[in-house]
Amino acid sequence: MGELKLMKGNEVIAEAAIRCGCDGYFGYPITPQSEVMETLMARKPWETTGMVVLQAESEVASINMVYGGASCGKKVMTTSSSPGISLMQEGITYIAGAELPCLIMNCVRGGPGLGTIQPAQSDYFQACKGGGHGDYHLIVLAPSSVQEMNDFVNLGFELAFKYRNPAMILSDGAIGQMMEKVELADYKPRWTDEEIEKISGDWATTGKKANRKQHIITSLELDSEIMEKLNHKLQAKYKKMEEEEVRYEEIQCDDAEYIFVAYGSSARICQKSIQIAREKGIKVGLLRPITLYPFPTKPIQKLAEKVKGMLSVEMSAGQMVEDVRLAVNGKIPVEHFGRLGGIIPSPIEVVEALEQKIIGGK
Amino acid sequence: MADLEKIMKEENIVYKKTKVLTDNVMHYCPGCSHGVVHKLIAEVIEELGIQDKTIGISPVGCSVFAYNYIDIDWQEAAHGRAPANATATKRLMPDKFVFSYQGDGDLASIGAAETLHACNRGENITMIFINNAMYGMTGGQMAPTTLVGMKTSTTPYGRNIDLNGYPMKMTEIVASLPGTCYVTRQSVHDAASVKRCKKAIKKGFENQAKKIGTSFIEITSTCNSGWKMPPVEANKWMEKHMFAYYPQGDLKDAERDNPDDYIKYIK
Amino acid sequence: MAKIKGAVKVDIEKCKGCGLCVEACPTKTLDLSKEVNSKGYNYAYMADPDSCIGCANCALVCPDSVITVYKTKI
Ligand code: SF4
Ligand code: SF4
Ligand code: SF4
Repeated sequence: MGELKLMKGNEVIAEAAIRCGCDGYFGYPITPQSEVMETLMARKPWETTGMVVLQAESEVASINMVYGGASCGKKVMTTSSSPGISLMQEGITYIAGAELPCLIMNCVRGGPGLGTIQPAQSDYFQACKGGGHGDYHLIVLAPSSVQEMNDFVNLGFELAFKYRNPAMILSDGAIGQMMEKVELADYKPRWTDEEIEKISGDWATTGKKANRKQHIITSLELDSEIMEKLNHKLQAKYKKMEEEEVRYEEIQCDDAEYIFVAYGSSARICQKSIQIAREKGIKVGLLRPITLYPFPTKPIQKLAEKVKGMLSVEMSAGQMVEDVRLAVNGKIPVEHFGRLGGIIPSPIEVVEALEQKIIGGK
Repeated sequence: MADLEKIMKEENIVYKKTKVLTDNVMHYCPGCSHGVVHKLIAEVIEELGIQDKTIGISPVGCSVFAYNYIDIDWQEAAHGRAPANATATKRLMPDKFVFSYQGDGDLASIGAAETLHACNRGENITMIFINNAMYGMTGGQMAPTTLVGMKTSTTPYGRNIDLNGYPMKMTEIVASLPGTCYVTRQSVHDAASVKRCKKAIKKGFENQAKKIGTSFIEITSTCNSGWKMPPVEANKWMEKHMFAYYPQGDLKDAERDNPDDYIKYIK
Repeated sequence: MAKIKGAVKVDIEKCKGCGLCVEACPTKTLDLSKEVNSKGYNYAYMADPDSCIGCANCALVCPDSVITVYKTKI
């Protein structure tokens, strides 16, 4: 059993980064996630593990520092919240185009624009459908507890390096600010130069040794034929992720007649809603996507064969519901329920929405 | 002719292309300053014996393909962000030599913030700044450094201060920042200036080993395509007009400011 | 009496005929040829080989690094 601690979601991101041997963090303050950099600065990991922590001049600079660090085969990351993540999109598409591993955490707050500093899930499209320009995907992990905030730092890096692709932890203001007991991972040392050579030695810009060709990190290719091939290569990678990396959790789905589909904070609300509904005699279960990309399409398809309807519960105007509908493909009714502007729906509201939109709507 | 054969022997070579340059034919327009500066960087890398320790960061602009010509590891940065890539690269691998290579649109316009903050933090990197007063790659539009009255495709009647603001002296601005150690303005229009410029670039790289702050080297350059002049004429035009506004030589040759001098303000 | 003699070799196919070397040569050794290379450029050549002093000015300013310079005492 690892060390147990009571910690805030955002603090745990910092702690997990240090413990998993992260080489560099580059960030810019923004509510509600500034605790990540504050925790790192207080922990001074450069004196212990040698991890670099730098407050950049902007989110634009942070993500491009991540681009530079990732180019060197280093484990690097940044964190921000919605408006800051919007600013980072250019850098993210370069990183995806250049096929570099890195970790980004978005502690989502309500938008659009400067919006609110309260929690929301309205960046689903941005996280899962591209965000920046071009055909690319991030690996998107959706924690619904402080423990998962901890676990997904390591998992995010693992997947990022496995696929040479940026990974994103799509959290929200509630999970980031919430305090829970968490079992911390043991310290892993940072990779040595030799280990980096083994893991990323065929592409990282670590200095051109006499016995090898140049390593060039770029997303540029002016020859359309070659650019199309590069795109196909990316698409093949995404297909592989869709086949092998889908993660989800099913709660009380065995006897369920109705299903909530919800991730992150909403999934926590839905667990309470299940209790309330079941007390009323409504048999409802929860499918909680853990990876939002790749999306758990098949498990949802399977459930659609045996239940009467699904409610996608999101703190957005209805984003993930599109993917649920695509999976269900018209077999059963799929509706969306959510609150906007930083409001977290109450469990009762969710049950009422199920009754009105799905059960009553038949 | 018999004479020539006697002279042109391997042992009589006094100047040849450095091996740190690749054999690729450069895509630059005939006479473009980029080629000369690439060569100087490559020669410095060869002379310092740091080919296996140098990482270049190329920009968006005409020199986006710099990685095709200098035989080292490269990162091709997003437009204006080379100093951010360079910052992380150097901090994560402090024993490597890291340089950014940017034009005026990239460094002084879209990347002004990244430039100023990298210099202000005193990153131990070498920043190469090609100032040809114009956006070359996109077809000769106005840059922050375009001289007043200069005609470009977006200032067809000449740059006008009321409309376009003043030509920006990035190098002077950077020299005023406490994080820089060496700030100089050079050119490569004749043999003497090429030699001086090479010394400056070499110093910029040597400063990295000394860890004394950011070295910033502007190379006032021509863009003969954008300026619509033959290369020789473009050089003459540059000497006459650009040098008057962008004076040549060192602006700063020291170490970054002593951090101890700054703590007193809150003591 | 020994005399300093120089010569240059231009990689004709890679020369872009920019003329910067011609301008940089203190002895007017170089000129642009009337002939063109396969890319259509009037490449540089030693129009007056006897006058070359091997100073390498031409090679220093050449953006495409296509000039090799030789120098010896004869
Ligand atoms: S457009 Fe200007 S800067 Fe670009 S390659 Fe041509 S001459 Fe050089
Ligand atoms: S400077 Fe170089 S490219 Fe230009 S004409 Fe002379 S040899 Fe040719
Ligand atoms: S080496 Fe000197 S003298 Fe000879 S051609 Fe070149 S510039 Fe002229």
